[in-house]
Amino acid sequence: MGFKKVFSRPHSLKDAPFHYCPGCGHSIIHRLVAEVIDEMGIQEKTIGVPPAGCAVLAYNYFDVDMGEAPHGRGAAVATGLKRVLPDRMVFTYQGDGDIAAIGTAETIHAANRGERITVLFINNGVYGMTGGQMAPTTILGQETTTTPGGREQVRDGFPLNLSEMLALTKGSAYIERTAVTNPKNIMRTKKAIEKAFRVQMEGLGFSLVEILSPCPTNLKLRPADAWKWVEEKMVEIFPLGVIKAAKKG
Amino acid sequence: MNKKLMSGNHAIGEAAIRAGCRCYFGYPITPQNEIAEHMARRLNEVEGGVFIQAESELAGINMVIGASMAGARVMTSSSSPGISLKQEGISFLCALELPAVIVNMTRGGPGLGNIAPAQSDYFQATRGGGHGDYRTIVLAPSTVQESVDLTVEAFQLADTYRIATLILGDGMLGQMMEPVAFPDGKLPKPPVKDWTLTGAKGRPSRFIRSLLLDPVVEEELNWKLARKHERIAAHEVRYEAYRLEDAKMVVVAFGSAARIAKGAIKRTREEGLKVGLLRPITLWPFPHKIIKDVAKKVGHFLVFEMNTGQMVEDVRLALGGKGEVSFYGRPGGVVITPLEMSRVISSRYYQKGLK
Repeated sequence: MGFKKVFSRPHSLKDAPFHYCPGCGHSIIHRLVAEVIDEMGIQEKTIGVPPAGCAVLAYNYFDVDMGEAPHGRGAAVATGLKRVLPDRMVFTYQGDGDIAAIGTAETIHAANRGERITVLFINNGVYGMTGGQMAPTTILGQETTTTPGGREQVRDGFPLNLSEMLALTKGSAYIERTAVTNPKNIMRTKKAIEKAFRVQMEGLGFSLVEILSPCPTNLKLRPADAWKWVEEKMVEIFPLGVIKAAKKG
Repeated sequence: MNKKLMSGNHAIGEAAIRAGCRCYFGYPITPQNEIAEHMARRLNEVEGGVFIQAESELAGINMVIGASMAGARVMTSSSSPGISLKQEGISFLCALELPAVIVNMTRGGPGLGNIAPAQSDYFQATRGGGHGDYRTIVLAPSTVQESVDLTVEAFQLADTYRIATLILGDGMLGQMMEPVAFPDGKLPKPPVKDWTLTGAKGRPSRFIRSLLLDPVVEEELNWKLARKHERIAAHEVRYEAYRLEDAKMVVVAFGSAARIAKGAIKRTREEGLKVGLLRPITLWPFPHKIIKDVAKKVGHFLVFEMNTGQMVEDVRLALGGKGEVSFYGRPGGVVITPLEMSRVISSRYYQKGLK
């Protein structure tokens, strides 16, 4: 007689409490990434590149080798790592400001080179760590600390659909947009991360999963409402699904 | 020893390959493109070679960061405006204690400047260059052969101290062709790197970071770097002393300017003027001590730079008010001849009544 363990912390996560705000999607996504690493048995060959932003402390949580990149430069740092160590699994973990504003060039060119790296792009529509300024993915009408009265197209420009742009590059092999707003979407997100990692392992090219994630603190909404806001407002601009899946060979 | 006729840029590229450099990331800018072109060809030939023409200087230096994290000997090269763009990454390299070699074939600046030989980036090179409290080792060759020797040494220094190491040249050094010999035989083994990111196989996972939110921890990193800088300053100062034995006046110059000054001194010596040359080879750490020692016997120092006066500040600091310092500068890419420089030297010599 004994108890069977049916749920526990993934091996690839350290025993450390997350610093993320209540209702934030990062904790869920961290767990999903760690579960995929465990299930694929790649903890010993994975190298992660955290961003500048809320997830900058990701190296406190992931129990894999991690190397900090300057703001926006994740894809370039990952390129350096992967080219020296082509048989390792190299992923970046980047927010919307990091990847779609200051790091746009590095990301597009890494994708266009078909760099065998995986980018996990967490899109919450706002600069979280700096206190809620407009992000490149802030939707029109969305109020932030630098778009008083809401993002206005003439003054602030449109939200940027980076994943669709990246899909146009010949080097990108797999691009999918998911969300972590309900159990079904969470399971889809996990599958997408696994798929992206497999694409990298098979050497097919650049892979990216954009994950829509709620930021209740800066949306100034209660967690449940923030999650609803992502599903209702963000998904309209950033539709979920596979954006690109290149065939082998 | 077999000698080959090579330009400074090609020679630096080849020396890097001989030193075990297997990764190069860079972006085109004149007058140093031959370095990237040489690396593109050679890294295709050697095992494990990685060459990427990056989309920008920013991307290039960050690829350097990634490759260095993975343990590779890695180099990038550029010229003044491109080096400005790399400064964020150089600051990160130093904060993360990642070795790398960076070549700056300086332009006449500021702004876009021109591609003519100048020494306008002395301050930027010797004061860290980017944000934060750090230094880089700065090596200033004055011949193509010395460019080879110092490139090999740069990789060794970078690995030994886990620090970004700069080679500061200019378009003259990069474009000029001279016969060079490459070191044959075995180079010293690089130190064991027990800090690289290679996947946590058979060891606990590691992280390399520079965000230290606790001020006490950040202070300790800054002091740790400062102690490293002190060790480098104590052990790695290099300079050339030329005809100092009876000198009444000493010219202080580095790189191409020193080469011009040396030719000028040969002429003035023929005229009987007792002039010597002190040529800093490491611009950081700066050879303070020798300058101070020379000041015991020599009253006048003439600093010659291809800028409006940058190293002259370090010479004054080294002297601490002891000797008299004058400055002669030609910024903007103007290259004077040894004959012209000899006239500058002799007029100062006579003005100071140094007969």
